[in-house]
Amino acid sequence: MFRSSPIIRWRKYDERYNLVGAKCEKCGKLYYPKVALCSCGSAKFAPHKFKGEGTLVSFTEVSSGPEAFAEHSPYCLGIVQLAEGPRITAQLADCKLEDLKIGMPLIASFRKFYTSGEKGSIHYGTKFVPKW
Amino acid sequence: MQNVGLVGYGSYVPKWRIKAETIAEVWGENAERIKNGLGILEKSLPAKDEDTITISVQAARNALLRAGIAGSKIGAIFVGSESHPYAVKPTAATVIDAIQAGFDTMAADTEFACKAGSAAIQMCAGLVKSEMIDYGLAIGADTSQSAPGNALEYSASAGGAAFILGREKKEIVAELERTLSFTSDTPDFWRRGLAEHPEHAGRFTGEPAYFKHILGATQMMLEQSKAKPSDFDFVVFHMPNGKFPIQAAKKLGFSMEQLKSGLVVERIGNTYSGSSLLGLSAVLDIAKAGQKILVTSYGSGAGSDSFIFNTTKRLEEVQSKAKKTEEYIARKEYVSYARYRQHMEMIM
Amino acid sequence: MFMKVGVIGTGITKFGELWDKSLRELLAEAQLKSLEEAKISPKDVEMIFTGNMCADALSGQLHIGAMASENLNLNVPSTRIEGACASGALAIRAGLQAIESGAAKIVQVNGVEKMTDVSVEQVTTALMGAGDEEVEGFAGATFPALYALMARAYMKEFGLTREELAAVPVKSHKHGSMNPIAQFQREITVDDVVNAVMVSDPLTLMDCSPITDGASSIILASESIAKKLNPEAVWIVGSSQATDTLALSARESLTEVKATRLAAEKAFKQAGITSKDVHLAEVHDCFSIAELLAIEGLGLAKKGEAGKHAAAGFHYFDSKIPINTCGGLKACGHPIGATGVKQAIEIVHQLQQMAGKRQVKKAEIGVTQNVGGTGATVVVNVFKR
Repeated sequence: MFRSSPIIRWRKYDERYNLVGAKCEKCGKLYYPKVALCSCGSAKFAPHKFKGEGTLVSFTEVSSGPEAFAEHSPYCLGIVQLAEGPRITAQLADCKLEDLKIGMPLIASFRKFYTSGEKGSIHYGTKFVPKW
Repeated sequence: MQNVGLVGYGSYVPKWRIKAETIAEVWGENAERIKNGLGILEKSLPAKDEDTITISVQAARNALLRAGIAGSKIGAIFVGSESHPYAVKPTAATVIDAIQAGFDTMAADTEFACKAGSAAIQMCAGLVKSEMIDYGLAIGADTSQSAPGNALEYSASAGGAAFILGREKKEIVAELERTLSFTSDTPDFWRRGLAEHPEHAGRFTGEPAYFKHILGATQMMLEQSKAKPSDFDFVVFHMPNGKFPIQAAKKLGFSMEQLKSGLVVERIGNTYSGSSLLGLSAVLDIAKAGQKILVTSYGSGAGSDSFIFNTTKRLEEVQSKAKKTEEYIARKEYVSYARYRQHMEMIM
Repeated sequence: MFMKVGVIGTGITKFGELWDKSLRELLAEAQLKSLEEAKISPKDVEMIFTGNMCADALSGQLHIGAMASENLNLNVPSTRIEGACASGALAIRAGLQAIESGAAKIVQVNGVEKMTDVSVEQVTTALMGAGDEEVEGFAGATFPALYALMARAYMKEFGLTREELAAVPVKSHKHGSMNPIAQFQREITVDDVVNAVMVSDPLTLMDCSPITDGASSIILASESIAKKLNPEAVWIVGSSQATDTLALSARESLTEVKATRLAAEKAFKQAGITSKDVHLAEVHDCFSIAELLAIEGLGLAKKGEAGKHAAAGFHYFDSKIPINTCGGLKACGHPIGATGVKQAIEIVHQLQQMAGKRQVKKAEIGVTQNVGGTGATVVVNVFKR
């Protein structure tokens, strides 16, 4: 039920649409998504927009997804290392399992994630596609 | 008043394609006859996770790359489409957040069949020229639907283009010399609110609709600008298929040479609100400085917006700053008819 | 100085698709069984902890603490403990801590899960709560997908082959065939694993633990009470829990579960042992790759070697280092909240030489390792005769 709430997703628009994470004001460490406490101990951060480039650390193809993603199945999913350092969990778009290789370069792509039914909200965010 | 012009432009076409042959096989039709009759070899379709909103965002981001400005500088965003994902909740709002345009942005979605995007350009031009805003973003994008077995299945496709209007002379890549419209109440093609697919009035969509307004607007434009067809390096017309724009060009006195660079329909189909705009972006991708472009869009219902653009040196500097229209067109993977229908289900 | 606590009774239901039994009925069955084996009356129970992960999502039932107490007609402190798939072992820890703090002398620790009333998609969705909903859930990262990401990274880093990985569920099913309460009692082959339907590449259906109903229960008692009531009591001589990031992508490594290493270090130290002293282990094989990572995290194999050992047959009940003699999560089944307590029960039975056909000859020190999510919580308990 919470998954159909547009509010839960709304507060993450900037984070998800624009890959906005955080930079520790004390030691400069970058985080995506933002965290409460830096590993250096400081709790002061400034927003940081990531470029949207990364490499593929590992990947899989989800054969049958959970309810929200049932109609998108099968889909590829991976862990992407952003150029600036942090790793993120990301769906991989416009590709098949056979296209993927650990270490391949990827770029961010604005995509639809799922819809909360015929009458519900549409949820968007950033996926990654093989660099072309 | 300063002159207004494009300071940035960008396009986006999804990767996926379906061939005319694939569709023809399903319905037992003659693919060669269809391809020759329509002048369309294959068309684009959105990925399962794409829609008019995602296409608009992609095109807008490309336009910002060429303009070399931050999204926060955009003062207005208008998105024209026949396939906005929401009937109520504007595509423009999501674009605002996706380019970080900020709260201080005017915005709305427009509808005028396939000319909704070119109407958006006119709206931005007015706001920029009157100095009410510094930069305006106009987008035309669609993921058009067609009923199984209907002729539109061969042409209704997906794609979009975005244009940023500005006033600063040194930023302009294509000056907007003039724009005007030719509009009337013409019932050639429509869709009622709850209808899944549009209706059309058969052959009436030709002479009294498409041609009347395209020719009307273009002739009016040539008169008012005191120009003749040979003054132009490029001409772009709305492309519902590969034949109508060629016929329009002939009737008006334009050559295939002037038309061909913008004739993207053959390989991606009719992207509706994106059609003439993708043709314009394809031309901008290859034009040199000091060239003249005439664009006349067409939207059923009906109307045509006409534009004259004069390119500048800066155009050549920005062409490679984002993926070109031809790069999107060349990037493709074919799907089966079943897969095509699966994708189209996702944007119902 | 770790205060040892005795396990004086165990009780467990059949694990499987138990259509006739509700969540409450399964829980009660295990609860009454452990009381019976401990030869104590419900009135002797001073406190109850029950591990359960998703009764709220799948049955609309929270507040299982009160349910467990009600089942025994008691008014004692009774709380539901949740730590994703580590809920069972965390309930054991809550019981240990109650006894160590002097708050209670006899504690019943249960684990229960009812998973087969809803569709597979609904279960898959509920299980995603064990990860980071905002980061992994939003991206559609199911649990098989997350472990598949770990498997692929591990295969790339250490050259583990598909066949070597398949040795894990093959061994588990062999053990399961000797366990009367296991969900799956049939043996399988490497081919069965490799050719099974793909769930999340490279993991097939046979790499994944099933959806299971079941409940388990143990009675914990302070040292003096345990010695009095049950001379065969098995002792918990070390217990530790470690946590790590919710999301797999936020971890330092995809091929190592840090929380296992941290928990094991502490628990082994408390027990005064090293990994070399461990005779057998019940580890969290929610997916085949998880078993290999667990074995390495516990120090029972060097990094990258557990797969070779599995393929060489080291982990059978009658081989070098028996792993998951009950059949593991794969063959015995994985009613999530019940698993952590079931692991303890298997070790207790092995240490009491009551494991029947799958008895490990030398079983004096046994270890359980229970994982929440992809390693965000790990509990390691050490048992001794």
